Amino acid sequence: MIHLLSAAVHQITPEGIIDRYPNSYNHFVLPFVIGITFILIYLLIGLIRILYHLSGEDRIKLLKSLFNPKTAWKNIKDIFCDCLLHTKIWKRKPLLGYMHSAIAFGWFLLIVVGHIEVWLFAPRHLSGLTEGSLYYPIFYRFFIWINPAHETLRGSLFFFIMDFLLLYVLSGIGLAMFKRVRSIALGMRHTTKPSLADRVALYCLWLIFPLRLLAEGFTADLSGGGFLTRPLNWVFRAFFGNELNFLPTWWAYSIVLGLFFAAMPFSRYMHILTEPLLILFRNAGLKVRHPRKGFAEAEIYACSSCGLCLDACPMNVQKKNLKYSSVYFMRFLRRHNNKKTREIADKCLMCGKCYALCPVGVNSPAIRRAIRETRNNKIDCDYSYLDSYAEKCSENPKSTGKILYFAGCMSHLTPRIIKSVETILKASGQDYEFMDRNEGICCGRPLMLAGRTDAARKTIEANSKIIKDSGCTTLLLSCPICLKVFKEEYALKGIQVIHYTQFVDKLIKEGKLKVSKSSSAIVYHDPCELGRGCGIYEEPRNVLKAVAELKKASKERDESICCGYSLGTLTLDEKDKAKIAESSVTSLMAENPEQIVTACPLCYRAIRSKAEVPVKDFAEIVCENLENNDKN
Amino acid sequence: MIDFGFGVSPSSRINLDKADKEKFNELAIAEPDVAKCMACGSCSASCTAAAFEDTSLRRAILSLQNGLCDDASKLLSHCMLCGKCTMVCPRGINTRHLILSIQKIYSL
Repeated sequence: MIHLLSAAVHQITPEGIIDRYPNSYNHFVLPFVIGITFILIYLLIGLIRILYHLSGEDRIKLLKSLFNPKTAWKNIKDIFCDCLLHTKIWKRKPLLGYMHSAIAFGWFLLIVVGHIEVWLFAPRHLSGLTEGSLYYPIFYRFFIWINPAHETLRGSLFFFIMDFLLLYVLSGIGLAMFKRVRSIALGMRHTTKPSLADRVALYCLWLIFPLRLLAEGFTADLSGGGFLTRPLNWVFRAFFGNELNFLPTWWAYSIVLGLFFAAMPFSRYMHILTEPLLILFRNAGLKVRHPRKGFAEAEIYACSSCGLCLDACPMNVQKKNLKYSSVYFMRFLRRHNNKKTREIADKCLMCGKCYALCPVGVNSPAIRRAIRETRNNKIDCDYSYLDSYAEKCSENPKSTGKILYFAGCMSHLTPRIIKSVETILKASGQDYEFMDRNEGICCGRPLMLAGRTDAARKTIEANSKIIKDSGCTTLLLSCPICLKVFKEEYALKGIQVIHYTQFVDKLIKEGKLKVSKSSSAIVYHDPCELGRGCGIYEEPRNVLKAVAELKKASKERDESICCGYSLGTLTLDEKDKAKIAESSVTSLMAENPEQIVTACPLCYRAIRSKAEVPVKDFAEIVCENLENNDKN
Repeated sequence: MIDFGFGVSPSSRINLDKADKEKFNELAIAEPDVAKCMACGSCSASCTAAAFEDTSLRRAILSLQNGLCDDASKLLSHCMLCGKCTMVCPRGINTRHLILSIQKIYSL
């Protein structure tokens, strides 16, 4: 490579660094430059499109959130933790977390440290496009010549850091390749089938870093190198004796980079660039309004197709139902395949587990609901009777006391829950009124889940009127399905909405309710709407620990498996539901408890139909262990 | 006409030849479950909306089989989709989706 060196001239800095190419250009950078220009233009257009489809109100909300120091800080923290470190994956599957953060954070650091290096040693190349600022830091090692005699401590430090980071990324890539062969070793039972663009981008990504190592290895005697590239250089010299392979490897490195960026918009790797946008939107408090445009589009492109939702989805007990998982749903949405998206949207149980476990936080249940809304919201209904009923209730306010108990439709199918709740209320000496003893209006959540938002608003209005006019200060609920909608959609100012698990926990803590501990071994099933829906995990467990021996399920808390009979699904048939219920029971029976306890009338009925041990409701088991049991 | 103080009940005769079978066929394809119904009435007995208005899935299905589409739509127009009927149906019919389909097909 004498001619390369002979082209080198001037610009010797104190560190002994020489620009080998005074014009800082070589043809091999072209593939990279074309790729990166394409992706930058694509991103800009995409960003404008998404912002254009947001409603005016949402845009103002977003703008305000960017200047609010609290959300701004949260944005920075979330972007750092979720996009680079992947703390969410680390917590659940450390090896997978290491793999992903090695690639993402390692690559990010390579870029940042590369830029710092250029800024310190050859600052003029960051100054503008004519100086090669777009590609110079990426191919820095190609363009410089370092006089080994002049190598400083500062320079050596960077050689070490860059090689170390490269090794870090390569370890991640190695794990990723291994994952393709044996995903279970990294904690994934099922993985997504990659599409064609995914494959192109994936193989390019695998090649980028080994090729970088090769290219820098071939150049290490000129550019200098660290513990990885220097020895590699000696080996190459021993084998090849000359530097003929020098330029082709740089070409190959540039081509795979360019190809990766070109395939990116059509592949799952778009999530790298979209996730920060999704975080900004989420932290600004935006909601999905349209199933494909605006916020939803950001979610669609932020989906990394990692397939963690495949293992999470309760429908995965039957392999044929894997196709209904969120990852494929997002893929079909991205391809505008309306037939498939509708089918999947209607099938989903809306248990929210994919959303809870998603490392990116893609709220696919919300998009599913939006799709249902476009199809079902216009169905006619005649709800005139609701207003007259609400009117009638308001004329004779029911609640004289402070607590209003709303059992909800499903609790009325399981009278033992209502009976037990009333026993608890009486035993603790509470002054309460029963809102729907004989008849009541549905809370609206089932209508919401079916996408009939306007109809749901009518039941919400009627119920709100009854509750507000009753003069109560606490609304007690025994159904988590109701709880979710009461918390999210009702505007009950000054009225505390509380689930009976929270209520009993509070009573026990305040000493108003005394329970004794039995020796029975029980396990608690987290209902989807109560746990993942409202974040209530601790209160029921506090109480259950006080009344019995609490065992663990194999999947619990936010990983709890839906009972299968969720109101969320529209088209899932009875057989599939039964299968899911069985898998839920199997998970609960992991430690052979004597009884199963749950806190949702729906889960109660579903689990009872499949379990071989007695199934009890939360209120029931509390009642059984009341001290000074006064059941009258 | 002389008023006798009593009258004859209106005819309950159904002319199935005049009934619109197309819609029912459409429904039967979308919801094969509709044929499973054995008219036990569990759905009607547990219905939340039935406490206020005349609502019954059992009668709605019977009406559809008899070609009385308007009656069926009326019987389901008050439904709040609470899902109790799905839970109690001994035949495992997905009643919520059946109701949605009836409402969609017969509202046209």
